[in-house]
Amino acid sequence: MKPRKNDAPTGRAALLRKRVRPVEFLAEYIIKAVSFVSFAVIILIFIFVFREAAPLFYQSEHHAAAEEVAQETYGDDSADQSAAPAKEKASVDNAGAESPATFQNLAGTEWQPVSSKPKFGLLPLMLGSFKVTMISVLIAAPIAVFVALFTSFFAPKWLQQILKPTVEFLSGFPSVVIGFFALVEIATLFQNLFGYEYRLNAFVGGVALSLAVIPIIYTVTDDALSAIPSYMTEASLALGATRWQTALFVVLPAATPGIFAAVLLGIGRAFGETMIVLMATGNAALMSLDIFQPVRTMSATIGAEMAEVVFGDTHYNVLFLIGSILFLFTFALNAVAEFYVRARLMKRFGGSA
Amino acid sequence: MLSTVTTAGVRPKLSTKNLNLFYGSKQALNDISVNMPEHRVTALIGPSGCGKSTFLRSLNRMNDLIANVKVTGSVFVGDVDIYGERIDVVELRKRVGMIFQKSNPFPKSIYDNVAYGPRINGVRVKRVLDEIVERSLRRAALWEEVSGDLKKSGLALSGGQQQRLCIARALAVDPEVLLMDEPASALDPIATAKIEELMYELKENYTIVIVTHNMQQAARVSDYTAFFYMGKLIEYDETKRLFTTPKQKQTEEYITGRFG
Repeated sequence: MKPRKNDAPTGRAALLRKRVRPVEFLAEYIIKAVSFVSFAVIILIFIFVFREAAPLFYQSEHHAAAEEVAQETYGDDSADQSAAPAKEKASVDNAGAESPATFQNLAGTEWQPVSSKPKFGLLPLMLGSFKVTMISVLIAAPIAVFVALFTSFFAPKWLQQILKPTVEFLSGFPSVVIGFFALVEIATLFQNLFGYEYRLNAFVGGVALSLAVIPIIYTVTDDALSAIPSYMTEASLALGATRWQTALFVVLPAATPGIFAAVLLGIGRAFGETMIVLMATGNAALMSLDIFQPVRTMSATIGAEMAEVVFGDTHYNVLFLIGSILFLFTFALNAVAEFYVRARLMKRFGGSA
Repeated sequence: MLSTVTTAGVRPKLSTKNLNLFYGSKQALNDISVNMPEHRVTALIGPSGCGKSTFLRSLNRMNDLIANVKVTGSVFVGDVDIYGERIDVVELRKRVGMIFQKSNPFPKSIYDNVAYGPRINGVRVKRVLDEIVERSLRRAALWEEVSGDLKKSGLALSGGQQQRLCIARALAVDPEVLLMDEPASALDPIATAKIEELMYELKENYTIVIVTHNMQQAARVSDYTAFFYMGKLIEYDETKRLFTTPKQKQTEEYITGRFG
C-alpha cells in the first residue's frame, strides 16, 4: 500500500492519540495566570489596608514600633508651608504621648490629627462623606435614570447614537478636571446664585461629584432597561398605553432591581471619589447638617493627609482605618448590588432574564 | 377576492382596501383588500413569511413601532380609516386589542396585570377595578383557577393560564376587536383546546382575527379564512368552503399539505 502524503493517523487511530496543542495550552494558562494575579492583587491590597490599620487595636506593641520610625517622615511639605512645621513637631510629640486613638477618641466629633493633643474623631468625616454622597446621588440618580429612559425609549436613533456615547464618555473624564471645573466655575456660579457664605462647600462638591456619578448610574440603568424584553413593552402599547405610561408603569418597575444596583454603584463611586471632593468641598471637618457648609470627606482626608503623615504613627494608622471603612463600605455596596439584585431579577423574570 | 365572499347579514367590522406595506424597499403586503365581519372569527393562514402576522399587526398599527415601515392604502375599523390623518393610535389600540404568540404577562400580580389597562385609562376606584378584574378573568375562563390568589405573580401561572391572563388583560380595556397572533402555538393540546373554546365564546361580543400555523385550528375555530402567500391574499372565503372547495390551486396545495 502506498503511504499517504499526510501521515496523520485517521479514523480510530486519530481518536485514540491524545494530542498536545501548545498554543491552546499556553493561551489557557496565560489567561488563568492573569486572572489569578488580579485576584491576588485585590486580596493583597485588602490585607495591606487592614494590616496598616490593625495597630490601633493593640496599641501597646505599636508604640515601640512607632517611636523607631517616628522621624522617618515621607512625602513633602510643600503643600502647606505654614502647617508643616507644626505637624512635624506634633507627630514627634505624638509618638511619646499616651495612646491617643482610643475608641472614645475615634468616636469623637473633632478631627484634629495634627496637634499636641490629637483628636481623631471620625464622625465629622463620616458625616461629610455621607452628606456629599447623598447630595451627588440625589442629583445624579434622577438625571441618569431619565436620560437612560429617554435614550432607550424616546430618542430617535440618531440622537441616541450621540447621547449614549457622550454620557459614557463623561465616565472617562479625569476627576481632577471635574474638580478643577467645580473649584473655578461651579463654585463661583453657585455662590452668585444662592448667595451662601462659603464658596466651597458640600453642595458644590456634591454637584461636581454628580458629574462623575451620572455616567455610572446611566450605563447600568441603560443595561437594565434594554434587558426588558420588547414583548413586555409591546403588550403595554397594545393595551392602548402611551409610551410614557409604558415607560413609567411597565419598564421602570420591571427594571427596578437593575436601577437599584445602578444607584448602589453610584453611591460606591461617590463615596470613594477623592479628587473632586478634595478640590471642591472646602475640607473643613465640621459637624453640621447644613449642605452649604464646607465638609471634609473620608476619602479627601486620606488624599490630603496621607502624603504628610508620619509613617507608622497613630495618625497613619487612623488614615488606614478610614481606608478600611471606605473599602468595606464600597465592597458591601458592590456585593449587595451584585448578589441581591441578580437574585431579584432572576425571580422576576422566572429565570429567563 | 372580495366579491366571492358572502358576508350576508353581517356587517364588516374590519376591512382593508388596497393595503400595501413595505419594510424599507421590501414589499411585505401586496394590495390586500378584505372585509372581516363583526362578531365572527377570521383566520389568517399561510406558510411562514407570507405576511399574515404583518397583516395582523397592521390592523392596530403595531407595525408603527418598527423603523422604516411604509403603509399605503387603507384599513377601516368600523368606518374610520386608521391610517387616516387624525387618528389617535393610543385610542385605536384600546379598541383593537392584541394577543401575542408568546404569552407576555407583566412581572406583576394577576390582579395588577388585568387592572393595568383600566388604570392607565384613569380608573382609580378600587370597587370598579375589582369588578373589571373579575369580569375580565371570568370572560377569559380563568377566574375559577385564580380567584383565590389574585396577588400571585402572573409569571407563576402555567403557559396556558398565562395566555388566558393576557386575554383577560386585553378584555379589561373593553376592546371591540381582538387580534390574536398564533395564541396557542406555544401551548399543549389541552391548553390549546381551552383557548379555542374561549374564542368560540368571545366572538359573541368581539370580532376576532387570528393568525395560525395550524390548519386544523383554523378549520375548528374560524368562520372565515384568508390564505396568504408571498405577501398576497390568494383566497378569502367562508372557512367551510375554503377548506372543502378551494378555488385557487395554491390554496388547495397548501391545505392538503403539499407545501408550506
